[in-house]
Amino acid sequence: MASNAAVPFWRAAGMTYITYSNICANLVRNCLKEPYKTDALSREKVHFSISKWTDGKPEKPSFCSVFIRSLHLPDMVANL
Amino acid sequence: MLRRALGLLPRPIAAARARSFSTDLPAAHTADATFMEAWNKVMPNTDPPKTPLSFMHPRPPTPSSIPPKLTVNFVLPYASELSTKEVDMVIVPATTGQMGVLPGHVATIAELKPGVLSVHEGSETTKYFVSSGFVFIHANSFADIIAVEAVPLDQIDANLVQKGLADFTQKLSSATTELEKAEAQIGIDVHSALNSALTG
Repeated sequence: MASNAAVPFWRAAGMTYITYSNICANLVRNCLKEPYKTDALSREKVHFSISKWTDGKPEKPSFCSVFIRSLHLPDMVANL
Repeated sequence: MLRRALGLLPRPIAAARARSFSTDLPAAHTADATFMEAWNKVMPNTDPPKTPLSFMHPRPPTPSSIPPKLTVNFVLPYASELSTKEVDMVIVPATTGQMGVLPGHVATIAELKPGVLSVHEGSETTKYFVSSGFVFIHANSFADIIAVEAVPLDQIDANLVQKGLADFTQKLSSATTELEKAEAQIGIDVHSALNSALTG
């Protein structure tokens, strides 16, 4: 197998295919004309709530109730 | 009683699964006879459970002569754009270049780059801009195109594309880390593909 095959530039920079694909999709969505753009962006919104636990007990959860999936989700999770 | 029935189930299923590859199996596959017998012995009054195979339509086997039309399934995560539609040709934006797929195309798996997908049926052509995805071409002239985002070309705003291209070109020159450079490069690739889709 070609282990020395030229990897794509994004993989060489440490990005996974899913991240690359989601970035491309977000860029395309941001270039749409108006009614389609708001439809697409609202379709892709992610609703979640984060609760931190300390000493085996949950603290009050923070409701980020509306959050558009963007490039920096892994960083945000890592910085919790 | 239910536990004894569960004990009977695995053996017929294991025997059924240790068979040929899915590409060699015949088209019609509804219920496994051994399993049905065993089920009816234990629970004659209950319907047997459905397996995923009973919900899926198995892919037709490869015909001996090239079929006249290509059958295309074009799906997005949130919708099925085309479902077993018979067309003459599709041109997909593979990473290796624009690839034309005709009936009888050799079985191929291709990764897509941001670009224009065009579906040719008779004298009409439908074009979509695809952000990225994969195309699986099977030996029996079925093509499965999966994309994360696909938009008809008239939904793209040219001003936003130009602005994005300028932004990312500027970001590339000011990028420091490998990751930032990669993101800026992706931005440039996508926006220039959008640009050529609108002008080409």
